[in-house]
Amino acid sequence: MLFKRTLPLLVVFVLGIAMMIQYFIPHPISQSFKEGADNWIRIIGAFAIVLGLASFFHVHTRKIMRKNKDSIFSVVAIVSLIGMALIGILGKDGLDNWLFSNLYSYIIVPLDATMFSLLSFYIASAAFKAFKARNAMAFALLVTAIIVMLGRVSFGSFLNGLVEWIMVYPNTAAQRGILIGIGLGIIATSLKIILGIERSYLGGE
Amino acid sequence: MKFLTLFGILFLIIQGGSLYSEIVVEDVPNDAGEALMITWDLPDDVGNISMYRIYRLDPGAEDYILVGKVENPNVNVFVDHDPRYPLHAGTEFVYKIVPVDFSQNEVESLGTSLAVSPVAQLFNFNKVNSLIATLFVFAALIFFLNYAKTGKGLFIRKIAGLDALDEAVGRATEMGKPVLYVPGLSTMSDVATIASINILGPVAKKVAEYETKILVPNRDPIVYTIVHEVVKESYLEAGRPDAFDTDQVFFVSQQQFAFVAAVNGLMMREKPATNLFLGMFWAESLLMAETGNITGAIQIAGTDSVTQLPFFITACDYTLIGEELYAASAYLSRDPILVGSVKAQDLEKAIILFLMIACSIISLIAVLAFNTYAFNQVISAIFSF
Repeated sequence: MLFKRTLPLLVVFVLGIAMMIQYFIPHPISQSFKEGADNWIRIIGAFAIVLGLASFFHVHTRKIMRKNKDSIFSVVAIVSLIGMALIGILGKDGLDNWLFSNLYSYIIVPLDATMFSLLSFYIASAAFKAFKARNAMAFALLVTAIIVMLGRVSFGSFLNGLVEWIMVYPNTAAQRGILIGIGLGIIATSLKIILGIERSYLGGE
Repeated sequence: MKFLTLFGILFLIIQGGSLYSEIVVEDVPNDAGEALMITWDLPDDVGNISMYRIYRLDPGAEDYILVGKVENPNVNVFVDHDPRYPLHAGTEFVYKIVPVDFSQNEVESLGTSLAVSPVAQLFNFNKVNSLIATLFVFAALIFFLNYAKTGKGLFIRKIAGLDALDEAVGRATEMGKPVLYVPGLSTMSDVATIASINILGPVAKKVAEYETKILVPNRDPIVYTIVHEVVKESYLEAGRPDAFDTDQVFFVSQQQFAFVAAVNGLMMREKPATNLFLGMFWAESLLMAETGNITGAIQIAGTDSVTQLPFFITACDYTLIGEELYAASAYLSRDPILVGSVKAQDLEKAIILFLMIACSIISLIAVLAFNTYAFNQVISAIFSF
């Protein structure tokens, strides 16, 4: 109980209050305290990667052992991870060696770009669903969207003033309303965690 | 002799007036002693000047170093805060300002300053608004927590997305398919991730009670370790530790789109009956939500990322908008103390709303009737946090 509940709650309380006070103190001692905390986060993050990799290998080796039809993806994932790591570590110029940089530039970057490019098609399909004029509000959304979209292309320049007004006033007002709620939610959640009222993140409650 | 001195002064004034140029160096307030502000009198022959070069003499150094330039000859302020030439609190520095003519030649220096040292401050007065707001939130939270302890009921409005969680898990159980839970792509430093994990606990418990399967892919290794523990504890609390499979919670990749590809692939292969996207999301939000939509899963999303909300609203059945994500743990647990914290947020929102309306009206009256600069400054200061 001490190590699973009391100690974590105590650490959260002490560090939470300390970081809160630190935010208001610009003195170099306060800054170095924050830098120290940031460094600790990085160090813990580095160790956590080992746990992440252990999970990665465990999940994929189990899939391979089961020999189901999708296990080929697990083989590709493990071979890619080990291959890239070995080439990066053992390569002549480290991360600058030609094989590593070619694998990065001609496999990883295009794959990333492909996934990101899919977004345009997904936006089109989402827009089709969103802009169905089912009721008055949906119709207002449809009209607003058409104005904004037209105003953003070359032949719709006559709508620039209206588009600007929509983006600056109704759009910003709605966003700020949400942002105020989010800001208060973040403060309240942080205080609940610091004071030990919210403990769900420890599990079991 | 006195006559000669007076004559010399008069001569200098006629030549350029630099004798009266005063260089004042002041500490920049509310910082860690890393900046100094230098001001000087503009010379009379400012029309012949293209820019000013600012030189600094560091302690122990023999020569001045160039720390910056002001390219507008009518500007007479420079803040020395360059990480390449750092200042240190408590160390004295001397400055000199050298005008440069249009041929890029340095002309006579405007003089040198007194030795001044930057001062590290113990409180940043620019953050007073934040401090007041935080203390107020703190006070409101304590008040409502005590109020909740008295046993008086606190009303909390219905949140459709959270009410649907039971139905969503039940649907997965009936269909014999897993529940997919994505706790966002951010780190534990993000409060949205913590809020998501707070929701994951009750969801995992319900999944364990219904003897369904939950899949939790993770992008951040620290989040993965915490989520793993939370799900494991939830199974334990539900009395089903045997049903917990350690591979239900797994680390995928820190690469954003590699993670998306893996989760989308999982959705297409496993066809989860319920998809829960709760936490912080970026461009991947629509990619995942649309794929889930294609597979026919019931989808509940929640994020505090304003730019991603429209995508979730479009592609998901229910969406927790902004603060609803943070209210979720109180809503699900119905713990009076947690509900009290939600009421504290409501009070703060009411006060902010009142302040906004009141200040808008007062500001409008001030503009129409008085148009006072000082008054407008007060209003803008209130809203600057």
